[in-house]
This record gives sequence, C-alpha cells and structure tokens, in this order.
Amino acid sequence: MNRFWSILFFSVPILAIVTFLLTQFAIWPFEQVWFGESFSDAGKTIDGIFNGIHLLCAAILLGTVMTIGWIIWKFDHRRYQSNSKAAYFSHNTTLELIWTAIPAVILIALAFVQMNAWSENKMERPMTSVNGTMVEAPPTVLVKAKQFGWEFYYPGADGILETEDDLYIENLMVVPERTDIVMQLESRDVIHSFFVSDLRLKQDVVPGMVQFAWFNANRTGDLQILCTELCGFGHYKMNAKLRIVPQAEYEQWLAELQNEYYP
Amino acid sequence: MPRSFATSATETKTKIMAETSDNLLTAEPPRQNALVRFWTTYVFATDHKIIGLQFLFSSLIWFAIGGFFALAVRWQLAWPWSDMPIVGPALFAESGGQMPPEFYNMLFTMHATIMIFFVVIPILSGAFGNYLIPLMIGAEDMAFPRLNMCSYWFMWPAFGCMVLSFFMPGYGPAAGWTSYPPLSVLSSSAPSSGGAQQLWVLSLLFVGVSSMMGSINYMTTILQMRAPGMKMFRMPMTVWALFITAIMQAFALPVLTAALLMQLSDQTFQTGFFIPEQAAANNSTAASGGGQVLLWQHLFWFYSHPAVYIMILPAMGMVSDMLSCFSRKPLFGYRPMVYSITAIAGLGFVVWGHHMFISGMNRILAVSFMVSTMLIALPSGIKVFNWIGTMWGGRLHLTTPMLFSIGFVSMFVIGGLSGIVMSAPPVDIVIHDTYYIVAHLHYVLFGSSILGVFGAIYFWFPKMFGRMMNETLGKMHFLLTFIFLNCTFFPMHFLGRMPRRYAAPYVNESLESLHDINVFITYSAMLMGAAQLIFAINFFGSLFCGKNSGRNPWRSNTLEWTAPSPPQHGNFESQPLVYRGPYEYSHPDREDDYWPQTDPAIQK
Repeated sequence: MNRFWSILFFSVPILAIVTFLLTQFAIWPFEQVWFGESFSDAGKTIDGIFNGIHLLCAAILLGTVMTIGWIIWKFDHRRYQSNSKAAYFSHNTTLELIWTAIPAVILIALAFVQMNAWSENKMERPMTSVNGTMVEAPPTVLVKAKQFGWEFYYPGADGILETEDDLYIENLMVVPERTDIVMQLESRDVIHSFFVSDLRLKQDVVPGMVQFAWFNANRTGDLQILCTELCGFGHYKMNAKLRIVPQAEYEQWLAELQNEYYP
Repeated sequence: MPRSFATSATETKTKIMAETSDNLLTAEPPRQNALVRFWTTYVFATDHKIIGLQFLFSSLIWFAIGGFFALAVRWQLAWPWSDMPIVGPALFAESGGQMPPEFYNMLFTMHATIMIFFVVIPILSGAFGNYLIPLMIGAEDMAFPRLNMCSYWFMWPAFGCMVLSFFMPGYGPAAGWTSYPPLSVLSSSAPSSGGAQQLWVLSLLFVGVSSMMGSINYMTTILQMRAPGMKMFRMPMTVWALFITAIMQAFALPVLTAALLMQLSDQTFQTGFFIPEQAAANNSTAASGGGQVLLWQHLFWFYSHPAVYIMILPAMGMVSDMLSCFSRKPLFGYRPMVYSITAIAGLGFVVWGHHMFISGMNRILAVSFMVSTMLIALPSGIKVFNWIGTMWGGRLHLTTPMLFSIGFVSMFVIGGLSGIVMSAPPVDIVIHDTYYIVAHLHYVLFGSSILGVFGAIYFWFPKMFGRMMNETLGKMHFLLTFIFLNCTFFPMHFLGRMPRRYAAPYVNESLESLHDINVFITYSAMLMGAAQLIFAINFFGSLFCGKNSGRNPWRSNTLEWTAPSPPQHGNFESQPLVYRGPYEYSHPDREDDYWPQTDPAIQK
C-alpha cells in the first residue's frame, strides 16, 4: 500500500502541471479557458508576469510534493526492520538558512519585477498635449454603472463630458483601436466592477467616488463587459458590449449618435 | 496552588495525587437529582472537554448544512434554472422547482458564512482549542471554566439569528459573506438587506463575543496554568498555534465588532457610516449619507484577513504534531516553526489591502500591501520545508491521521502558491473576484484546514471517546476526499475569467464555453460530498462499536496521552511533571521510539 500512497502524491504535481499545460495550449477539453487572447499590450505584460509566476510555482510544486511522494516511498516503516529507528535530528541551521534566504530573494525580486506593470495599468494615466504642455488625458467616455446595466456618456458637440449636450447610450461602448481610452467610472447605486478580461482590465465602481481606468486596444473586435462585484439579484446578467473599431468607423459612429440626438 | 521543584519529583507527585483526589471528592459532591446532574455535566458544562465536544458536534452539524448549500450552488452552476432535485418542488412551488437568483445569492452568502463562522473557526479554536489546551499543558481545566461555558452558549443566539434570517424577506442574507455596503445596508437595493441582513450582523456579533471569551481564556490558561516543567518552548505546536491564534483573535475581533455595530446602526437607525452622499437605489434615495463605502472594506478585511490565519494556524499546529508522531522523529526546526507562526500572525495584520487592490483604494498603497503579502509567503514556505524535513529519514506510519496530514501539506503548497500569483497586483487586476480566487481559497480552507481537521479528529478521537476509528474506512474517506477535492477545485483555476457570484454565468456569451468544465466540477463536488458519508458512518459507528483504544494508541509523547481515555473531570490522576520537549521520538539512548514528556528517567 505504501507504493499506492506515494503514487497518489506523485500524481498530484504531475497531473496539475499536465492539465495546466493542456489549458495553456488550448487542447481538449480546455479549448477556451483562462482570459482569452489579450487585446492590449499592457495585457500581454500582465500575461507575462502571470505565466512567469506560474512557472515558478510549477517548479516549487514539483519539488515539494514529489519529495513528499518520495519520502512516503522511501521511509515507510514497513520497509525497515521493526527495531530500526528513525534518524534523530531536530534542525540543520545551514539548510534552514538556505531555504529562508533563497525564497526571500526570489520573492523580493518578484515584488520589484511587477511594480512597473501595476503603475502602467493603474497609476500612470495617459497624457495628452494641450497647447504644448503635457496634461492628464481627459476621459473619453463616462461610464455609469447601475443595477443592472451600464450607461455610457460621450462628449457632445462641445467635446467636454458632463455637460448638457452629452450623448448617452446604454449597454454599448464603442471605442477606436490603438488609441488611449480613459474612462471615468461612477456608480448610481451600489458597488459594481468594470471587467473586460480580454483587455486585462478591471476597476471597482464605487458610489460616492470617481474612478479612472484606461486601456489601449491593439486590434478591433467585439468584447464583453461584465460586472465582478456582487450588486444584487441581476449581478450575473449585468453585461454590456464593448466594440473596438478603426478610428474612421468610430468617428462615423459618434457622428451618427450625434445625429440621433440632435438631428 | 504554588508548585516548585524543591521537593523531589516523586514526592510532589504523590502529594499532589493525594490532594487532587481529595479535591475531587470534596469539590463536587455527588448530586442527588440525575436530571440536574445531566444538565450540569452535559449541557451547561464547565468541563473544557465537554465544551470542546459541544463545539465539535455543533460544528459538524453546520458543516453538513454548509456542504448542502455548496452542492446547491454547484447544481445551479452546472444546470442553471433547472428543477432542483428533492428540495426544488418544496421550496419553489410557484416557479416550478427552479431557484430564483436571489435564492442563489443567499446560498453562496450563507455557505461562506456558515463555513467560516460556524464551522472552521469554532471547530479549530472552539473544539480542539478547548479540548486540547488544558490536556496538552497539564492543567485540570481552563482558567475560567464558566467563561468557557458562556463562550459555547453564546454560539446559540448566533445560530438562532442565522436560522431566523432565512425566514426574512429575500430568502435570507444575500450580500455575500463580505457584506459590502451599500448593497448590504440599503434595503432598496436588495430585499434581503433589511431584516435578514440585520440578523446576519447580530449573529456575527454573538460569534465574535463567543470567540473573544474563548481567546481570553486560552491566553490566560496557556500563560498561567502550565504544569511544572512545561516551559513555553516545551509546548507542543498545537498549543503554540492555538495561543498565537487566540492573540490574533483578541486583537482583530474588536475591529470587526465595531464595524458590525456601525453596519447594524446604518441598517437600523439610518446612520451613514458606510452610505455615501446622495446614495440611491431603485429610485429611492437613502435617508442618510456622507459616509465612506470603502471604510467598511478596510475594517472588514482588517479582521477577515487575520481570520484567514485564525482558520489555518491551529490546523498547522496539529498537523506538525501528527507528522512528528507518525514519522517517529523530532519535529524539524521547532523554534523556527514557532517563529514562523508568529511571523505569519504579525504580518497577517498588515496585508488586508490585498483584498482591495482594485477597490478604489489609493493605488500607491497596493504596492506596499503587495510587498507585505509576498513576505508572508516566506514563513509559510519555511513551515512547508520544515514539515518535509520532519518526515525525511523517519519511519512513516501511514495511518489515516498521517495521510490527512500529508494531504494537508501538499494541498497547502498548491493553495499557498496560487496565493503568490494573486498577491501580484497586476495579475490580480484580472483574477480578482473570479473563480481563480475561489480555487485558491478552497485549496487553503478545504484542502488545508478541513483536511487538517479531519486528521485531528481521527488522531484525537481515541482520547475523546476511548475508542479507535476504523482505519479502512478512514483511508477510503481520505482517498476519495483527496481525489475529488482536487477534481473540484483545481479546474476552477482555469475559470479565471468567470466572475464569482454569478447565478447563471452562461447568459453572457463570453462565458458560454465554460459550461462543460462547470458540469465536471459539479459532479466532482457531489462525489466529494458523498465521500463524507463514509466519515459520518465511521464517526458514529466508532463512537459505539470502535475498538478500545487504551491511553496512548499512537505511542505519542504529549501530556494528553498520559491521561485516561476519555479523561475524567480534572483530567489527570496525578499532577503531571514535564521533563522535556514534546518531540523526543526515536531518541538514540532509548529502546522505545518515543519518550513521553512526563517520563522522568532515561530507560536503557
């Protein structure tokens, strides 16, 4: 039976890594899992960090759990004579220092590696040039979340948001590709969260606060916006369409919307 | 009574033995009325062992209830809006047996609430804390037996409120176990946020009071009532872990209590701690405002992140003891183990922000919380390496508790590693509030804590009831639980874009393709649930028909095994004296491969 239990524990990391690889290469039955192919360069960076850490995890998982399996294989008491005793030692300072120092270095390195990606995604809002000076880009679209839908406001003829001539559309957001899009996120009632997995973009929308989020989509396509913060019974169906189109098509769409409102 | 080593050990022993037996006779005169005796012995008991068993039984009952809630959640995720078997027609006659989305929200809310506050915390701190601390440190009872009794009986108003809340509008509390305002506070945003949510808050307040009484008791008992010779660094890891846990609870609980009272006041008296200016839902404006929505999240996670460690540290301690005992080998790195538990507890208070990376909290703060979260992986890693070091070179006895302990270690590796993944804020942007998180937390809470609890039940059952549990059934239970828990929770990692708390994810076209994998997870979860029947049969069967265990069936060193099984009121026949640490297995000078802490001499 000792063989059986060690094989059970050997199989944990092996099966874990094999299924993981199947998902990474989208092989049956895992054709469409994870987050989908990234629609932004920032998303590719996140994927890189994600895969890098998983690689590290796979190595540690393999190392530790395979060792456990081997210990069960090797040190089962039934493999030894009944009077044979276990090794008597209670510590090994060198070994302990090594397995404290190495993970510490790895973890601190890990912390530094990802700081840039965080600041790029969440802290360094895109800049734009106004009369020769660089300022934070004004929001392209104002998003208001409510139970259970999304409202999108585009600047009207004056080019400024939150004025009387704003254009309003529900559950459809259209943006141009290869452009920095800044969103101003507000909530009408409870907490919601703006999530587009293909853009690796998520931001909680908190009542009483104004949040900003930004992205730059590198190709066109139809994506789905989901709510990821429990907001009531309709939480699961609080989705909206995000359409990424070429610049020209975007301008045409905006003009049509303008026409609809102010013919 | 003052104790010293001035007199020789044997002399003290006999003297105290005489004293204790006198005390036992005089302190508790036999009562005439059998009914009164029953009530004072088994219901309003002050004996720490009975209280421990009370906690154990009520937690196991809630474990079954919480498990059914989980299966109902899984049913809906695999076959949304289909008729629920058995309970469907009875509960939802008007909708033809399908659960409404509000009911689904109630299910996952209550699954988490029950499992965290009624199962894992009470079974670790309440059941094993109560049962083991006095026995393992050689005390007659807890420092405050009546406070101890109160700490159990304060759970019952909590149970009562929780059960009552199911009969309130909206099927019961349904704002998630994290209960974020304004959803949880404005009843216009969800029908359940009225009476049901108030009862939920009240219930948790009672649980908090109960835990607080327990932790004060544990700290005092461990600091003041250790047997002669039981230095702090001769205590078993179980006691160390429970001690640190008690300290964490005592520091974290006041914050939760304050936050809960604020939420209750927002719901009841229309104050505005957590309600922002001009808040509204469903076209009805809130009566108050001016509060801070994120304040609740900060306060809540300031308690609930330490609570994560409250839910695993005691299991780590018990697993350390079981691994050492069944490897017949000293625990590797006893002091580093103690220090790493302390480090985990200390760091546990400064990592709560990692639950709030994308909440709207100051984004620079995320970086500091990321660093502290990464650091917490270090003591956790040291613990894993030390457990492996403990088994290395041992003579492993693969009994059921040992298998569960090894299972604990390997599942903790998986849960800990996915913790590193999500501690990276850029990665958390994507996986926050998705099934990746669900996978992680179940690997830690079910894969680790619950496997540790099962191991501990198999290990200390002989002490609790004087009978052995069946090994064959125990191993079957382990094997099936281990396989199906991995089949259930591992694939959830791949659902990294499926948001949590979705009643019917597949109405969103971007999630349609995830249906098959969810069906697989549901089948695995059902089989995992079924495997627990083996445990129930084994538990109750062994309670009545188990083999007689004797005092020390596992040939273990710690003090509880020198008491009779089950120990009588007052625990030990004579005052135990402690001569050495708890991990002297396979000492080269001895013929036996174990050396009880109370054994005075070197036996050649």
